[in-house]
Parts: sequence; C-alpha cells; structure tokens
Amino acid sequence: MNSRLSAAVHGWLLLMPAMLLLVAFTHWPAVASFIESFSSTPRPRRPSRFVGVANYEQMLADPVFWQSLANNLWFALGTIPLAIGLALLMAIWVNDRIPGRTFARMAYFTPTILPMIAVANIWLFFYTPQYGLLEQVASGLGFASHNWLGSRETALAAVALVAVWKESGFFMIFYLAALQGISPTLAEAAALEGASRWTFFRRVQFPLLMPTTLFVLINAVINAFRTVDHIIVMTRGGPDNATSLLLFYIYQVGFNFWDTSYAAALTVVLLAMLAIAALVQYGWLERKVHYR
Amino acid sequence: MYSILVERVSKTWSGTSAVEDVSFTVKAGDLVVLLGPSGCGKSTTLRLIAGLDTPTSGRIVIAGQDVTELPPAKRGIAMVFQSYALFPHLSVGENILFGLKVRKVPRAERDARLAKTAEMLGLKLLLDRRPSQLSGGQQQRVALARAIVAETSVCLMDEPLSNLDAQLRLEMRREIRALQQRLNMTMIYVTHDQVEAMTMADRVILMRGGRIEQNATPAELYDRPGSAFAARFVGTPPMNVIPAQAVAGRDWALPAFGTHVLGDLSIGIRPEAVRLDPAGVPAEIVAAEYLGADTLIETRLGNAPFVARTAGRIGMKAGDTVHLAWSPGDAHWFDRASERRIA
Repeated sequence: MNSRLSAAVHGWLLLMPAMLLLVAFTHWPAVASFIESFSSTPRPRRPSRFVGVANYEQMLADPVFWQSLANNLWFALGTIPLAIGLALLMAIWVNDRIPGRTFARMAYFTPTILPMIAVANIWLFFYTPQYGLLEQVASGLGFASHNWLGSRETALAAVALVAVWKESGFFMIFYLAALQGISPTLAEAAALEGASRWTFFRRVQFPLLMPTTLFVLINAVINAFRTVDHIIVMTRGGPDNATSLLLFYIYQVGFNFWDTSYAAALTVVLLAMLAIAALVQYGWLERKVHYR
Repeated sequence: MYSILVERVSKTWSGTSAVEDVSFTVKAGDLVVLLGPSGCGKSTTLRLIAGLDTPTSGRIVIAGQDVTELPPAKRGIAMVFQSYALFPHLSVGENILFGLKVRKVPRAERDARLAKTAEMLGLKLLLDRRPSQLSGGQQQRVALARAIVAETSVCLMDEPLSNLDAQLRLEMRREIRALQQRLNMTMIYVTHDQVEAMTMADRVILMRGGRIEQNATPAELYDRPGSAFAARFVGTPPMNVIPAQAVAGRDWALPAFGTHVLGDLSIGIRPEAVRLDPAGVPAEIVAAEYLGADTLIETRLGNAPFVARTAGRIGMKAGDTVHLAWSPGDAHWFDRASERRIA
C-alpha cells in the first residue's frame, strides 16, 4: 500500500512542472474567462460586478459578432475542403516515384515553416493594387485593375486563399505519412485485378486514409476559427468588417476597445463551438473511419 | 503444350543483377516451384512473370501471347502475395469480389462465383468479417479465394505459407495442391522451403544467385542433384558432400569411372543412405540426435561434418567411433571446383 502511495506521489511530482505551466497559462485563463464573461468590464470609476448573462445578450444584438461568425463560417467552408483536397492531391503525387520527389515534398512543405506574418506580407505584395504581382499579371493579360483586399466582394476569398496556401502543405505531411503506411502490395494486388489509378484511390487509398482525414479535418476546423495573424497584417478585418473573423473580433474587442468582459464572453462562445465541432467529429465520424 | 514460357530473362537493378539469363517453360496444368535461398531471384522471377517488374532483357509468353510489355491486369494471371495483400477496410466478400467489380462482371455472375469460391474454401460463414477479425490461416484462404475467383488459368504464388505455423502449413499445402489439380490451374509457386517444393511440385526449378541451378522433377532433384548446391539444398538433413580424399584407400567407395584425380572430386552421400558396418570408414561421433523414429549421428569424415541417419536408438555417445558404409550406387560425385555433377 505504502509503495503504491509513493508511486502515485512520484507520478504526480513528475507531472508537476508541465502541469503547473498548463494550469497557469491554459486552464486557469480558460476558467477565468468563463467567470469574467458573467461580469462587467472594470473601469477606473466602476469596478467589475456580476452582470449575469448581459454580455451574452449584448452579443445576440451585436451585428459585428454575427457578421464575424458568418464570415468565419464562409472562411471555414472555403478553406477546409480546398486545403484538405489539395493536401491529398499533393501527398499522392509526391508519394509516387517521380523524379525530384524530395524537392517537390520540400517545396510543398515550405509555406508551413514560414511564419504567418511573413506569409501575409508576401501575399500583401501579391494583392497590392497597381504594382502587386497579381495586378501586373492581370494587366499584362489585359484585365481590368482590381483591389482584391480592398473590395467587400473579394477580400474574404483573398484571405481564405492565403490560409489554403499556408495549410495544405502541413496537412500534406500527415497524408504522406499515412500513405507510406499503406502496404505497397495492396497497390500491386489492385493492379493485378486491373484497377485503374482512380479506382485504387477511390476504393482503397481514400477509405484507408479516413482516420487521417478525420484528424486533419479537426485540425482544419480549429485552425479556421483560430486564424488571426494574417487578418491583422492584411486587412484588419476590413473593408467594412468583410474579413472580420471571430478571433480577430475578440482581439479587437479585447485589446483595441478594452472591453475585456465582452471579449471573454465571445471567447467562451468560440470555445464552446469548437468543442462541439470536435465532439461531433470524433464521436460521430470516428465510428465510421477505423477499420482495425 | 506449355502455358508459360520464360526466355532468357534478366533483371538488373542499377548495376546489380537479380535474375540472369533465366529460361524455362511451364506445362499447362502443372505446378512448378521456384525454390532457392533468400536473394536467389525466385521472387523477382515471379514478379517479372506477373508484370509487377519489367525484365531488362528477355521475353515472357503466357498462353501463347507475348506479355513482356503488358501490364499485370492484361496477362490473365492471378496472384497470392506473401503478406496476402488483403484490403483491410473491406469485408471478406468484398475482398474476394474486388477484381470482378473492377472488371465489371455482372452482379448475378459475381454472386454465383463468390458463392462457389467461398464454398470451396470454407469461407461461407466469414464473408462479412474484416480481415483483421480472421486468423492467419483464414486470411490465407481469403487470399486464395481472391486468386481463384478470377478464374484465370495461371496462378502465381509468392511464399504463400511462410506466415503460417507448421501444422497449418502442412494442411494448406495439401489443400493448395488439391485445388490446383481440381481446377487444373497452371501454377508457379515460390518458396524457400524444400519440403513444400518436394511435396507439391510437378517440377522444381532450383535457383541460386539469380540463375537456374537445376530444373527437374522432385524425384530427379533428390536422386540426381545436378550440383553440390542442389544436393545440399534438398533433403533433411541435407546430403553430406565431402572431399573425396576422405574415402581414399577404400576400394568399395571409389568412383567406378577412373579418369579423375581423387583430389578434384567431392563425394555426396545422403544421411539416409549411410549404414553402420564394421567394414566401413571409421569416424568419431561428434553428437547424436535422437528423433524418435531414427537417430542422426553427426560425425567428422575428412575434416568435414558427415551425418548418418539410423533407425531407432543407438547406444553410443559422443567420442565413440562408428564405421560408416554405403552402397556405391548411392554415392554422388561432383567436381570440386565447379560443384557440377560428374556421376
């Protein structure tokens, strides 16, 4: 009994350093945000007090919140399938024995290594009106000038494209690892049966990659609702909130308007949505994707 | 009439040759075993016939059609892989039907063929299971079923039994042989297990270092091995092949042909051909292994290990001296330098 107790103590002592950091910087802030979301923002003359669900009511009536939520859903809908599809395509391509395979793999992975801030600045140049890369190509081909980030219609799509460019290489690595886990004799067996490349992908590779797809999907959803860096660099939520995503709006409310309690309430909603999404994906999809 | 012709086929991987100038034919309805130690080129030869690799030179003909340049699916073959290559996400039934679906065989025919094959291999109750829910032997059956349901005349097998335990292997090799004869399939079967080769094959092609060492029936391979390598590879325990000087001075043991210098020869005697005889060659026992039905006596003769197999138990132990003899007709003579058979 004594030795079991001391083993438990040892275990907890070993967990302690990491646990302390997690509690101090992750768990406690989460709980604190949750508590703060039910209080008013402290002002120099008015200390914080309990306000119940007032912050949440404010949210329901806040058009910018709804706009950000809608933007974020469109952003997710646009980026996730595209990034995953591209990742899969690239992974299958560089999984084959092609000349320059290592170079292609590296090239696809490079955007992942770059900091988002740097990526955003590169794309800012691409999108710049008059002398940006896109503009030069477009005008060279005789198209009219267009301010990609400056107009309501294209701004969200433009920032979404940057996210796809940045993320698909990262997801490709997971697919590549999974593809290499598939025994090459399966491909040979399928080839003997006369299965075309497409049939083999559809009937064998894709189903066997489902666990990876689920994992990537969850990551992609989280990333889509966590995007803020390149919005800050490229558009600051503009024009007219057309590219304001939830996390960016939280940042704005919290650190530009200093309405920290309202920001806390927004954070709680965001976390709740992500938790539900993850639960649905793991709980519902997982039963369909594992074969072993 | 032959069903498969392999003509002067070589395969080189960036400078190193895996298969060198291999030629043989397989008669329709025969089971031919490609036998040899690992790395001898037997699996590569099979993969070349299957079309999974392309030969560097040479020609492969299956059922009268030159298939050297054809993709695997157009060669009219089925194949069983060593790892079975079952699709883990598909049920047993779907695994078996995979090829028929790809080839767009009508549903009614598909179902009929599945039922027939499942019946034949005793898989009827397992059709809805996933491969991971099956034992190794059952997975092996599914792999076999997938090859049989294709109803091709040629079936290739790449060490299909090497992942099974000894008991199951014995059963499966009988079953595969029976199926092959019942369905009149032409089969090429790769193995490194000489027992499988001896028990199953109509012909055995023994390979070594990418070349064919001997192409013979099992009986020929055992009775007249073409080289010292073939002599040692077939039979358990393997044939004793020792320098011929070890029998110098024993007139009864000398070769009947007189043209050779004894120093250039090796003599090969199968352990089961050796008998204990006071007139024989004396040798000291190194170890005696009692197996039940018989005893293996390991001795040294002319500084080389020499094993004799005697019936029952012998009352001797290491250090004792035995006298070994055999009938002259049981001796195999090989050239010592080239290892080829002389008589």
